[in-house]
Amino acid sequence: MERRTFLQLSGLGFASSLISIGMQGWVGRSLAQTNPQKRLIVVFLRGGIDGLNVVIPYRESAYYEVRPTIAIPAPGEEGGALNLDDRFGLHPALKDLMPYWKNGSLAWIHACGLPTANRSHFNAQEYIESGTPNIETTPDGWLNRLLANLPKGTPAQAVNLGGTTPRILSGQMSVANLATGRNAARSLPVDRPEINTLFDRLYNGNDPISKAYQEGREARELLQADLESEMMRANQGAPSPRGAARNMQRLAQLMKGNSQAQLAFTALGGWDTHANQGNSRGSLANNLRPLGESLATLVRELGPLYQDTVIIVMSEFGRTVKENGNRGTDHGYGNALWVLGGGIRGGKLYGEWPGLERSQLFEERDLAVTTDYRDAISSILQQHLQLQKQQISRVFPNHRLTRSLTLV
Amino acid sequence: MKFSKYWIIPILLTLLACLGFPDPGCADILISQSPAASPSEITADPKILHVLNRLSFGPRPGDIQSLQSTGIDAYIQSQLQPETIPYPAKLSRELAELDTLQMRPIQLLKKPSLDRQARQMSPQQASRNARIWNRKVFEHSVEARLRKAIASPRQLEEVMVDFWFNHFNVFANRGLSSLLISTYERDAIRPYILDNFRDLLGATARHPAMLFYLDNWLNSAPNNRPRGKFRGINENYARELMELHTLGVDGGYTQDDVIALARIFTGWGITRSAEQSPDMSGFHFDANRHDFSDKIFLGHQIKGSGMDEGEKALDLLASHPMTARYISYKLAQYFVADEPPDSLVNRLTRKFRQSNGNIRDVLQLLFKSREFWNPNYYETKFKTPYQYLISAIRATDPEMTKIKAISGALKQLEMPLYGCRTPNGYQNTQEAWLNPNAILTRISMATVLARGRWFSGKPINPNHLANTLGNHFSSNTKAAIESSPVRLRAALILGSPEMMRR
Repeated sequence: MERRTFLQLSGLGFASSLISIGMQGWVGRSLAQTNPQKRLIVVFLRGGIDGLNVVIPYRESAYYEVRPTIAIPAPGEEGGALNLDDRFGLHPALKDLMPYWKNGSLAWIHACGLPTANRSHFNAQEYIESGTPNIETTPDGWLNRLLANLPKGTPAQAVNLGGTTPRILSGQMSVANLATGRNAARSLPVDRPEINTLFDRLYNGNDPISKAYQEGREARELLQADLESEMMRANQGAPSPRGAARNMQRLAQLMKGNSQAQLAFTALGGWDTHANQGNSRGSLANNLRPLGESLATLVRELGPLYQDTVIIVMSEFGRTVKENGNRGTDHGYGNALWVLGGGIRGGKLYGEWPGLERSQLFEERDLAVTTDYRDAISSILQQHLQLQKQQISRVFPNHRLTRSLTLV
Repeated sequence: MKFSKYWIIPILLTLLACLGFPDPGCADILISQSPAASPSEITADPKILHVLNRLSFGPRPGDIQSLQSTGIDAYIQSQLQPETIPYPAKLSRELAELDTLQMRPIQLLKKPSLDRQARQMSPQQASRNARIWNRKVFEHSVEARLRKAIASPRQLEEVMVDFWFNHFNVFANRGLSSLLISTYERDAIRPYILDNFRDLLGATARHPAMLFYLDNWLNSAPNNRPRGKFRGINENYARELMELHTLGVDGGYTQDDVIALARIFTGWGITRSAEQSPDMSGFHFDANRHDFSDKIFLGHQIKGSGMDEGEKALDLLASHPMTARYISYKLAQYFVADEPPDSLVNRLTRKFRQSNGNIRDVLQLLFKSREFWNPNYYETKFKTPYQYLISAIRATDPEMTKIKAISGALKQLEMPLYGCRTPNGYQNTQEAWLNPNAILTRISMATVLARGRWFSGKPINPNHLANTLGNHFSSNTKAAIESSPVRLRAALILGSPEMMRR
């Protein structure tokens, strides 16, 4: 409602923002459509999602003992988990993802996380995104370094779904921002030649603000019209999905249209469930449902490109095994890392399960970590994006692959 | 800036040209044109601009001239004593119309249920009524904040509200928070922005908005007759209190300290009952939910005694050397540079400790420091969307401002007012805010602003605007402005690189 009011008041059509793509980006797009490249999409769940209520260890009696009000019942019971492999079940709000589990393109790596525990949101996100846990001086993020180290071929591009560049994508390589929201592709005053020729002169330098301006302008010229028309065609009058799903749809269309868009990132918030997180229903379920829907939308919209795409869903840490005094959970450690993709050896759970007995927990409170998140991601870089060891060591410096998972 | 003072000449030439060759674009410029070349049209002293950029949200018309006559020192001293600066009548009148701003937290919380009883509403009517009330209270909070940021002559006060609100961030779009946000800013932030840090910390700890946002209202001793959702401890507030409000993430505390601090704060809660909260603040310490056992916190023995334990913990945190350092760093980053010089942070830290956390004393030192006055730092801070929009509106000095247009624009720039979901608040660094999307959106907004669309509809006079800003433009910017049609010059000025930085 407020947005509409704003539109009326401003008398302008720029209710939301725009697409900005890096300088060297998009020129060869028509050529590239015939030459599909491997893609990687990272979805970050900020706030620390409760992985034990996503992939539920329903055979563990300890799970039900310490989560009297928030546990998800075993499969077959009312509001029960959806059975995955007779040991673990999926939160019922994620039912939209079951077809991918069944067709073998969805997997989880349980008890995955940082090599050393950190219960601060901001530190843990920093360490996961920089790719160098416990080092605070790393200037760039691992997804940006990956962009610089992709196997040679057509120039690659990373796309960020959202207006501000996240830590994981900051660095030397320029990154495209695909704005989110209902009217992201609508025209702005700055699209009018009368206006932009003037501003081109103001921002013709080499300073960071001028560079940002130049990248933004280039992007709009090359992409805006295409995206709009592609979206129109694709929709064929169908109602647009809401919120995150709409953004995923836009991302899929952009990736389909531009073979150079090899990497993409988006973040979703609202997982910091300290109180009243609910069980099969409630606030976590209400957040999981649109997440499942939007991932399913992404896969559907990618179409044949799904065969060449891997989607990683991750979070900064898991949550306490035991529920707290307010039917919620506090900051914990190990979590489940999600992997989706046409080439994934899915339908199975990876990683060593450390157990939930008190003595098996990290500091007697959190799910332990048995797989370093860098091992999980390195395996994907190697098997899916065909990176060599040397390239991987530039994405994750100071890390020696300790356990390779055969995910692809 | 050598050529700056000649910048007016081409403008005058253009005006002459307009007289000779009627052009509809020039017409309204000419009508409102002020008499030519007064001394104020000379490029302003960079020091004056620096002070206005950092201690205020940028110059309004006449600010530079008045600073020239009062002097920089006198300006700083008066800004450090905001209560001595009177509000303009127009601003006071506009604020007085926002009737919910005077209400106490409990009144705000109880209004819908009192309505329901008095008017015997159906459940549907009642919930609609409550929604309308929520929205009204929230809109009043937004309007009050934006009107003050734009028009209050106590600019340093508004700048410090921006600083401290983000430091002690509360997210308004969750449950009760939208009703409590204006009282949080009014009662927990504004009274203390330049005074004692310990008082500020204590006021935020007791305010129902913070208690709700970081879940401490639920935090209860595990074994005290569990009721409903109050069944045990909740670490959320305790952790962020140390990580974000006081010691900083590297402040040397452990998980055991987090748990001890959570236990110390058990029972600090919220009430709607005026009997439990006679000052109507909504704060209530529930001894029945408090963990009375002894605790060890940061190496100190805290005897189980009730609410006093929390006050002791806040004393320890406020006087901790890591807190002094963390707050000093953040102030230096806000006022001087994204990566502030150690020398300055060290001196501010010492002052913070010597003065027992007196914020005014720390700022006095900061505003006198050689680092603050190092010209290399002038105009190097990239404005946040909030700083950009407020400064652009101040420079155009509208008689009437459409508040909803501004709050909508803040949303588009991904910085909705009171809308930062995470407890670390909005950042104020270039790294956080500079990207292609942001620049193009700002420029697009500048063209809308320049046409007066958010105000009375009258286009902004580019000459007045340039004077207000001290005619302080790079030669490149000047050349671009001079070679553009007059009717687009204000847009160019508002969208210029100079306007993006402070």
